[in-house]
Amino acid sequence: MSVDKTTVAKIARLARINVPEERQEQLASELNGILDWIAELDQVDTDNVEPLASVTGHGLPQRDDAVTDGNRVDEVLANVPETASGFFVVPKVVE
Amino acid sequence: MSDILSMTAVEARAALDKKTISAVELATAYIAAAEETSSLNNYVAVTADHALSMAAQSDKRIAAGEAGILEGIPVGVKDLFCTAGVASTACSRILQGFIPPYESTVTANLWQAGGVMLGKLNCDEFAMGSGNETSAYGPAINPWQAGDGVDLVPGGSSGGSASAVAARAALMATGTDTGGSIRQPAAFCGIVGLKPTYGRCSRWGIVAFASSLDQAGPFSRTVADNALMMQAMASHDPKDSTSADEPMPDLSAALDAGVKGMRVGVPREYVMDGMDPDVVALWQTGQAWLRDAGAELVDISLPHTKYALPAYYIIAPAEASSNLARYDGVRYGLRVEADSLDDMYGETRAAGFGEEVQRRIMIGTYVLSAGYYDAYYLKAQRVRRLIKDDFDTAFQSVDAILTPATPTAAFPVGRTVDDPVTNYLNDVFTVPANLAGLPGISVPAGLNADGLPLGLQVLGRPFDEATLYSVGRVIEDAAGFSATPTRRAGGTS
Repeated sequence: MSVDKTTVAKIARLARINVPEERQEQLASELNGILDWIAELDQVDTDNVEPLASVTGHGLPQRDDAVTDGNRVDEVLANVPETASGFFVVPKVVE
Repeated sequence: MSDILSMTAVEARAALDKKTISAVELATAYIAAAEETSSLNNYVAVTADHALSMAAQSDKRIAAGEAGILEGIPVGVKDLFCTAGVASTACSRILQGFIPPYESTVTANLWQAGGVMLGKLNCDEFAMGSGNETSAYGPAINPWQAGDGVDLVPGGSSGGSASAVAARAALMATGTDTGGSIRQPAAFCGIVGLKPTYGRCSRWGIVAFASSLDQAGPFSRTVADNALMMQAMASHDPKDSTSADEPMPDLSAALDAGVKGMRVGVPREYVMDGMDPDVVALWQTGQAWLRDAGAELVDISLPHTKYALPAYYIIAPAEASSNLARYDGVRYGLRVEADSLDDMYGETRAAGFGEEVQRRIMIGTYVLSAGYYDAYYLKAQRVRRLIKDDFDTAFQSVDAILTPATPTAAFPVGRTVDDPVTNYLNDVFTVPANLAGLPGISVPAGLNADGLPLGLQVLGRPFDEATLYSVGRVIEDAAGFSATPTRRAGGTS
């Protein structure tokens, strides 16, 4: 499974990182280097092995469905790049 | 006063209680030390006013007989921890100027115990790196040098933390360890670093890298100081759903427990090409020390060891690509304006993330994308189970495992590496513990032929940090490691 320029452009789009075209070739080669090395895992027989996502050994705890926090508009907006009337402002998305 | 920087935290606590020094004097000495060693670039911000005001509070509590276990001890904080009212950036351009309105649970625990915050410490951007060279603030420098005087990396990602503690610019420091980011820099800088069991320390308020692997832990100059700090850091925290409700025993009791009758495993797979022969020799010496102290050394096998790194470099970037999706220029941090929302995201993230972070997000996005998820991500998770099973099997017959901490000593800053994989190999001995969620400690144990520090790593069963401190203390005593780096504060004393 080898990554080419087109794939790099596609991944970059999925990752929402604007990668200039002149960097795509170099990035493809770096990613291929990593992916070739990762392919070592193909040597391991993992038939009948369950994937391990978490080592905690306990399920996720559930809390009461109750409000425990809130009324912190000023704190939530304290670091926002652009705000108006208590909202986050983004470029227009609907014409 | 010149000796104040030489005190261990345990000694400083005793001196503070006896009132032979004050917390303000101690904080003042460390602020001056941080300034004296500023060329090491290990602090991204020294919060002097903050430190002095916290120290004054400590002095009041000491006078009132209400001292906490870290009362008056100056602590540096990796810039990955959110500290209320103090900029916290994960050493990334994308978080420039971010001032959290809240405090991470771990740092809150430290201040609750009386710790005094000295400032924020340099690290790899989003903790992605093994040399502290990916930081937006530039590299932190190791206070140790070989004879040629070339600047060496302090290791990473918690490089600033290790550099500051080794240079006596902090008495203790926090770190985080996702694949070795505490243990490897501790080894490179000749100090003690512990990665606790996954779930021991709350991850709440720590900038996330790979959430199933990240753990916060302590840096110190001695094993006893490390246990003291660990005691204060750990807690069960409902705000982190993976936080463990496991009581932490009194770790000070473990320090003098010794290793008599203990079975210590030596994994035959922890040997690789390119290892410094001095590392191999030190590992054998370490085995002899433990045997002399009454432990039984046992040859063990961890057969999937060589697959830990490639599995890690699928799992960690996959989790990172998801965690770092939140940096979008909308709610905090950098924003690059553009005409469309998509371009605003894309330009902000292109400008805000450094090369290594972009590379890992791209790898993570790729291995999670349609058509590759099973072949890469699920495959890596299956291998992760096999690695954990290896340890589970080993710990049926041993109480602890002894390995080298790193394959080599610290390497030069700016070492040219064409291929990122070479850099990743630094973490070969540390990554397996993260995948298995196990605690691990790195203890300085000797110098290589160039006079640079080397560390030994001890791994333990889940939630058995106490045994690591028992073994670590025996290694510390046997090694009698007393060498000091050249570029440290008060260098001549």
